[in-house]
Amino acid sequence: MKQDFFEIVSNERLTGNVMELVLRGDTSEIAVPGQFVNIKLDGFFLRRPLSVCNCEQGANAGASCGAMAGKSEGMLTLIYKIVGEGTRALAEYKAGEMLDLLTGLGNGYDISKSGDEPLLIGGGAGVPPMFLLCRNLIAAGTKPTVILGFNSKAEVFYENEFKSLGARVIVATADGSYGVRGFVTDAMKDILYSYTYACGPEPMLRAVYEKAACGGQYSFEERMGCGFGACMGCSCKTKYGSKRICKDGPVLEKEEIIW
Amino acid sequence: MVDSKTAEEKMINIADAGMCSTEVVLSGVILDNPIIPASGTFGYGYEFAEIYDINCLGSLSFKGTTREPRFGNALPRIAECTAGLINSIGLQNPGVEKVISEELPKLRACFKKPIIANICGFSIDEYAENSALLDKEEQVEILEINVSCPNIHNGGMTFGTEAKMAAEVTRAVKKVTKKPVYIKLSPNVTDITEIAKACEAAGADGISLINTMLGMRIDLNKKKPVIANKMGGFSGSAIFPVAVRMVYQVHEAVKIPIIGMGGVASARDAIEMMLAGASAVQVGAANLVDPFASKKIVENLPKEMAKYNITSLREIIGGAH
Repeated sequence: MKQDFFEIVSNERLTGNVMELVLRGDTSEIAVPGQFVNIKLDGFFLRRPLSVCNCEQGANAGASCGAMAGKSEGMLTLIYKIVGEGTRALAEYKAGEMLDLLTGLGNGYDISKSGDEPLLIGGGAGVPPMFLLCRNLIAAGTKPTVILGFNSKAEVFYENEFKSLGARVIVATADGSYGVRGFVTDAMKDILYSYTYACGPEPMLRAVYEKAACGGQYSFEERMGCGFGACMGCSCKTKYGSKRICKDGPVLEKEEIIW
Repeated sequence: MVDSKTAEEKMINIADAGMCSTEVVLSGVILDNPIIPASGTFGYGYEFAEIYDINCLGSLSFKGTTREPRFGNALPRIAECTAGLINSIGLQNPGVEKVISEELPKLRACFKKPIIANICGFSIDEYAENSALLDKEEQVEILEINVSCPNIHNGGMTFGTEAKMAAEVTRAVKKVTKKPVYIKLSPNVTDITEIAKACEAAGADGISLINTMLGMRIDLNKKKPVIANKMGGFSGSAIFPVAVRMVYQVHEAVKIPIIGMGGVASARDAIEMMLAGASAVQVGAANLVDPFASKKIVENLPKEMAKYNITSLREIIGGAH
């Protein structure tokens, strides 16, 4: 975990209520996909946790002298849905403004278990962490398939970004206005895969859990206090005892999940 | 004008030279400085030791301990408020035996200062039993008896809202330990001085206050309480004036030392709390927003003392009376 200030490079609308926030700052603490950052906003007591969508480590990583010693000016992309007062306030921030972030939070995805043909499933606001995961899985030589689930065509984002990584991409919309009609589980039919990685609303996670025959890792969301394991606000029960979504999660192994 | 500025500069020089004293004493236990992370906001310290050397702190009060392991209350357990938050954790902890066998060794590995054990219970016997077990831990130098947790039924706060019950818990714990016993009181009472006096008469060595204030938030979309348990404990900067007032009142009512807490977020707040009558100060909710909060308060103390012409923190305790 690290606390640092990040400069906003851009903060733009992707769809109706989904924003893409690009930040410049010290990303050295962000180690694996599926981790999150916790953002302090003026006028709000608690920080806002947002999952890491993409992260580029800075060229200065490892610099041992000069102004950049110990710093890594990297780029960080976060995607968030405007759902409450906090995210509404975040959407008002402009390029050039600074944000106070805690980075390197949470236990992310382990790509070593993926097998050759992993299946990545993101639903709505659960799509963003799949991006860095997909990038890393491709870099590791696997052939991922990505299923992106949305309610309708108007909500679809990042389809082309995933395609440009070189992944096979299937979009499912609940109302059938784009891609496969139905839920992400409808799009899972006829696909062969070695492992599943999922992030999305809990009913989606559970449906994927029940449909997938193989092992997998599932990322959960919970209302957090601190975001780094101190307050026990986001504890959940697993087969291996209680775990904190913010510190021991948000990614849990399929075999430990209790619904 | 010129004179006062010179004086201020002189004080800053004293602070720089390390000539100001932040040392405080709690019932014979000497602390390098009065800053103590509050129970439930700092785990068992080792999460924070990953990001800084926590030995800069005066002491540390670890997560409230019950006899049996507890998962705590249903989720959601957190609700944000203006300048604070409501929590309804419900004393999640691994139970006293595992705290002693698993958590305390990890805490000892990263923290060499006196430790405050925060102890809870669902019966007088349980308070005494947990206290007897934690009393045997060498590094535990103070027992802080939590009779004020608002998040559990048939326990916790019910012992701290009645003077007779609080006194009974105090007596039972005093019987099983020679270490200083501090009773942590609830602000959710009509007259906190009456309860503090009852604890003092029953043999308490000190008083910790305030625990969280009972609060509630309602989700306008769902039109239901945000917290699954409906109510929870409100903490954060918003409650600071209430805490200062209660510390001030209790300082007038009892002779035993007070650990003051409730919304402390800066060195300035800590000094204010001590002027009200606190011998040491706990930092709670601030740790959850800024994991470096307690460390920053310790570091800023000498500078802030210099600003107000304070050379020794021990000398300002209760100074506002």
